[in-house]
Amino acid sequence: MDDKTMLAMRDVSKVYRTDTVATHALREVSLTVAEGEFVSVVGPSGSGKSTFLNIAGLLETFDEGAYQLDGQDVSTLGDNARSRLRNEKIGFVFQTFNLIPDLSVFDNVDVPLRYRGFRAAERKRRIEEVLELVGLAGRLKHLPAQLSGGQQQRVAIARALAGEPRFVLADEPTGNLDSATAAGVMALLAGIHGDGATIIMVTHDPGLAEQAQRSVRIADGRIVATEDA
Amino acid sequence: MFAYYVRLAAISIRKNAAMSALMVCAVALGIGACMTAANINYLLAKDPIPAKSDVLYAVQLDSWSPDHPFRPDGTPPTQLTYLDATALMQAQYAEDPPAFRQAAMSRTGFVVEPEGSDGRPFDANGRATYAGFFAMFDVPFLFGQGWDADADAEREQVAVLSRALNERLFGGENSVGRNVSLSGSIYRVVGVLDHWRPMPKFYDLSGDSIGDPADVFVPFSLIAARELPRFGNVNCWKPLDGDGLNAFLASECIWIQFWAELPSEASRSRYLAFLDNYANEQKRLGRFPRPLNNRVRDVNQWLEDGLQGTEPAAMLLAVGAMFLIVCLLNTVGLLLAKFLGRAQEIGLRRALGASKRAVFCQYLVESGCIGLVGGAGGVATAWLGLRGIEALIGDFIANLLVFDGAMVALAVVLAVACTLAAGLYPTWRACNVQPAAQLKA
Repeated sequence: MDDKTMLAMRDVSKVYRTDTVATHALREVSLTVAEGEFVSVVGPSGSGKSTFLNIAGLLETFDEGAYQLDGQDVSTLGDNARSRLRNEKIGFVFQTFNLIPDLSVFDNVDVPLRYRGFRAAERKRRIEEVLELVGLAGRLKHLPAQLSGGQQQRVAIARALAGEPRFVLADEPTGNLDSATAAGVMALLAGIHGDGATIIMVTHDPGLAEQAQRSVRIADGRIVATEDA
Repeated sequence: MFAYYVRLAAISIRKNAAMSALMVCAVALGIGACMTAANINYLLAKDPIPAKSDVLYAVQLDSWSPDHPFRPDGTPPTQLTYLDATALMQAQYAEDPPAFRQAAMSRTGFVVEPEGSDGRPFDANGRATYAGFFAMFDVPFLFGQGWDADADAEREQVAVLSRALNERLFGGENSVGRNVSLSGSIYRVVGVLDHWRPMPKFYDLSGDSIGDPADVFVPFSLIAARELPRFGNVNCWKPLDGDGLNAFLASECIWIQFWAELPSEASRSRYLAFLDNYANEQKRLGRFPRPLNNRVRDVNQWLEDGLQGTEPAAMLLAVGAMFLIVCLLNTVGLLLAKFLGRAQEIGLRRALGASKRAVFCQYLVESGCIGLVGGAGGVATAWLGLRGIEALIGDFIANLLVFDGAMVALAVVLAVACTLAAGLYPTWRACNVQPAAQLKA
């Protein structure tokens, strides 16, 4: 593995077990994503896309295989170390935005920076900068409910970018948006990618998948195809 | 981060105002009840006469039934018969008295008939006792003094009034030498007490241990001479030989409290020997069928022995503590519902980099904030509770109840500590929320 690999999974498997049933969500998935690459992940519902993204984002553990994130083996990391790694290296963009409804736009973007331990002035600078970037500099004190869906997703993107992550994971980032707004969000992601971030985007939309440099297709928990754009 | 957590707690409390108010009320009620009970317990458990508590002794003579002890643990009776009380008091007038002071006493009551045609009669609590009572218990006088031993012997109709009764009858003037009509008999006032509220009323725990000492004190000898009514507990192990007051006075019924002032260890030993001699004498006369079992208990032993009086206070404290626990269990349930209702936010925070410890701290601070507000409410509840007790028992208790800065601080600290404890499980559940499971929606 060279120095410019952001994600390197080898034979990663994940099984969800109940008393009577074992569901294989991922089966021996191997994937390498280079730093600065924009990869889309496509596949039918229940194919394992979200599980893949959760494992890639250190939100879930895996049962077998090996995973190195930015050159670091994450399989042995404790909960605190995984939290710190998520906070410092990964930006999340969710389909349902996942903004905290009681906090203002400013405070929502502030959340990951608080856990990063930045001082107030540094946090303020970063928040204003990213909100300027997503075109919401004038909405600092708005609550999420006072924004449109597209604006909410832009706040979520601002929150993902505020910590200057090198790795962005987007789960159906345009799934809840109309096509015009979705195009704006995709333009933002393209811009982030242009600035050097590595992006993995899960999507159902073949049109959006084509905007990535590479598209990975998952079915039944396996990677069944990889296509370069 | 602490200030950030406090801000998040304030937002959360405002958002779920009704649920937060319920939790605050639960904590406030529990703390209020507990602090009220603790206050009363403290009141009843403290030394009521610190200057003399180690020289004043409650006297116990075992005149009880041959068939069974007075109490299963062998404790002798806590009161004396009239025969024994008067006999022990008689010894006090001998050349070599057995104690520095002695006083037998019993509750009684009067109908006070004020002077003037428009004065309506009213009931008053009384205590029949001996001259030594006032000096023995350091009773303060506003006017005059107690009666002397001659008044006891001569059955003089003299009275010492409480300050409150003197104010009611004589407008607070010096009434020494004036007459007062009690249950149809005229008594001469020889003294008026100043404020005097021993708490608990250690010298007679047979009834209301925190009540008013008495409105009127009269010589004990008038119980027989004037056939004064007798209030308080009466226990008999043997049927009376006949009817009427004389039969009752000659009976083995116990109803008289008896105290002796014994200033030294030597005088205490001497007094115990005196009691045993007396008991042996009575055995020769066919009384005291049980083995010798005479005791003297100083004030604090008397209270600590839990013979009477202190048990309800401890029970009240236990009830208060149990009520607090019930309130806290409710708070646990409410916190659990509240915190797990925010599982999605917790999952999001975890995804954005919050460690379990950070989530734990955030929700513990929120529990603490609820406890803080609940503590303030608890102080208010305790204040109301104590005012309620004051209304039930009387204004005099106001000076005895403790409601100072230390108690307020204790209530708040207790509330915060209890709420933090109550919040531990809900907080632990909150910080163990799996982020991936919450972020799929």
